[in-house]
Amino acid sequence: MLKRHGLFARAAGIALAAALLAGCAAGGQDQAPQAADTAPAQAPAATEQGGGDAPAEAVDEVLIGLLGPWTGAVAQFGVAKRNGAMLYIDQFNARGGLQIRTVDFDEEGDPANAIVGYHWLFDQGINALIGSVTSAPTMAVVPEAFADNMPMITATSTHANVTVDAATGNVWTNMFRSCFIDPFQGTKMAEFAVEVLGAQTAAILFSNEIDYSIGLTDAFTVRAGELGLEIVAVEVFANEAMDYVGQLTNIAAANPDVLFIPAYHQHIALIGPQSVAAGLDTVMLGADGWGAALEAIADPSSIEGSFYLTGFTVEDESPLVQNFINDFVAEFGHQPNMFAAQAYDAAMILINAIEMALADGFVPDTDEFKSSIIAHMAATDIQGVTGHITFDQYNNPQKTAFIIQIVDGEARFWGTF
Amino acid sequence: MKAFTIPTPVRYGINTALLILFLIAGNAITQSGLLGRAQNAIIIQVGFFIILAVSLNLVTGYLGQLPLGHAGFMAVGAYAGALFWRAHILPETLSIVVGLLLAGVVAALFGILIGVPALRLRGDYLAIITLGFGEIIRVVLTNLDSITYGARGLLNIPRHSSFLVVYICVIISCAVIHTLMKSRHGRAILSIRENEIAAESCGVKTTYYKVMAFAVSAFFAGIAGALFAGNLGILVPANFDFMTSINILMIVVLGGLGSMFGSVVAAAVLTFLPFVLQPLADYRMIIYSLMLIIVMIFKPSGLMGSYDFSLSRILEKVIGKALSLGRDKGGKNHGKA
Repeated sequence: MLKRHGLFARAAGIALAAALLAGCAAGGQDQAPQAADTAPAQAPAATEQGGGDAPAEAVDEVLIGLLGPWTGAVAQFGVAKRNGAMLYIDQFNARGGLQIRTVDFDEEGDPANAIVGYHWLFDQGINALIGSVTSAPTMAVVPEAFADNMPMITATSTHANVTVDAATGNVWTNMFRSCFIDPFQGTKMAEFAVEVLGAQTAAILFSNEIDYSIGLTDAFTVRAGELGLEIVAVEVFANEAMDYVGQLTNIAAANPDVLFIPAYHQHIALIGPQSVAAGLDTVMLGADGWGAALEAIADPSSIEGSFYLTGFTVEDESPLVQNFINDFVAEFGHQPNMFAAQAYDAAMILINAIEMALADGFVPDTDEFKSSIIAHMAATDIQGVTGHITFDQYNNPQKTAFIIQIVDGEARFWGTF
Repeated sequence: MKAFTIPTPVRYGINTALLILFLIAGNAITQSGLLGRAQNAIIIQVGFFIILAVSLNLVTGYLGQLPLGHAGFMAVGAYAGALFWRAHILPETLSIVVGLLLAGVVAALFGILIGVPALRLRGDYLAIITLGFGEIIRVVLTNLDSITYGARGLLNIPRHSSFLVVYICVIISCAVIHTLMKSRHGRAILSIRENEIAAESCGVKTTYYKVMAFAVSAFFAGIAGALFAGNLGILVPANFDFMTSINILMIVVLGGLGSMFGSVVAAAVLTFLPFVLQPLADYRMIIYSLMLIIVMIFKPSGLMGSYDFSLSRILEKVIGKALSLGRDKGGKNHGKA
């Protein structure tokens, strides 16, 4: 009896294992084409056709690293970033001449893993790094990369201290980004509320468990104070909260002209419908975290008339942007989001600097080459899909902010601001 | 015939010599660049996971309780150590030692604080109350904005977690817990696991020993937390969520409840595994989980069961065998002559 029992347990275990594997194989299929190692496979063929255009005759390959969460809780950002960056790299390689080869590491959104990943990529001999995605892993890696003089650019880490050492105020000179920083967005939205909407009073609904949310709130509050915009209510929610009616009712009682919600789309999906239930009828303002809000929300009419700021809009008519969108859709089967667009630009900025460093006659895999890449990145002046990009003295991009308005349940491009 | 035994002082001598050799050799290897930098980084992370697992094993494996708030103690220690180190009030070497001790002591105080009420409960009730405690710590750290910088992250923590610092802590924590378990107190702790009522009827002060084990466990978790902070250079309260406690518990269960050697092996395996499986991309999540399931199905007692490695025991066996062989041979020769 006992023996049969054990046998059953084993059989069940094996069956479970088989089922899991089968499910994984099916589920993994659509992910497969996105794998980063598709690029090296294409590389040799491309080198042969276009070898003549190579700027420096000796150098035909440069290895760079990609670091980000392809799995785990923030994988959606990581995969978007990888797709955007790989799209640019593949397009660049297809032109012939210089070939950019990549190695990548999945840090799962964990700072400890990111450090291991960085060292692993370093061991592979990378000349530059695109990564990481969320701010904490990037900030864990930056000091190590700085010590190695490793050129580094992130497409999505918005924390103010990603490029600036918090203790000394010195700039991490090797670190760049192609996204807005948190304070910029908060400041912009406060200005938008006053200058465009003519608001006198504002309320804020934010989460003190999300650094992004805190950063925007702080900047919004400071700028509101300067502009004479009175903050009549500040309410806090937990990252995983499902119920916002209490906070929204308090805000409704304060009756502000605008409500600023620096949060992610999953929060907006809940806050929107609940604001109707709480009897709140005010213009809502958001930032780039709102990006996918319309896809996540059940009832788009509940956020009708809201404005949010973003670094990228698919409604941009310029050929560069439209080509990017078409290529992205052809490659991945869906519209690119802001993260993918910023990653595309990050790859563009980096590869542009690599080309210039090669043109200066530096040899890859040397320290001088890396220094040259860093110098050329700092002098970036490029038209990307998220706008015209130059860097300020803190290595943050100076670029246009797009305002999106929700009209008839659709995200409409309102204008630049 | 009496089995050959190595006298206790000699045993300690052998162990100390080997551990010092391990520290020197390990340090030399990691410094030399013989291994990749990624491997070196993981070896350091293995270190604080060993401390976390061995300290949790004291409560889970030896005391037989199921706390789910180990990440809470780790968090307390991490923030205490990090804040002290950031203040830069002592010369570096002294600062490292004092910071680690402070981290341990603060965590141990919390261990006593939570242990006294919580350890009146048993089994799933204890699990829930410690789980709640872990979450409270995380939420408090998030909201103590002016001190911990909450979700913005505590930045610029001096990176003190070198190989030597981490592995000296590993050795000390393993040695302290090992000797504790070999002592009178250790037997009292084991008796509580075997049968609490019987232990109490024999005069074992069960509440005292439970709280003591809990505090010692928290002390080392705090030290591991400080090492964790010194490794990352940045702390956010989200590092210490419920899943972190579960991960530590997973190491202990996988290694074998009540086996220190098992905890060490499992900490190394589970920290290296995700790295080794990287080339498998998305499939490694499934493989990682499957390996856990398979181990639990085929070896429910964990990788090492309750086996504990003892060099002296092996030496005794080998020497004993050699001696008896020699004696047999000698005997035969005598007979012939």
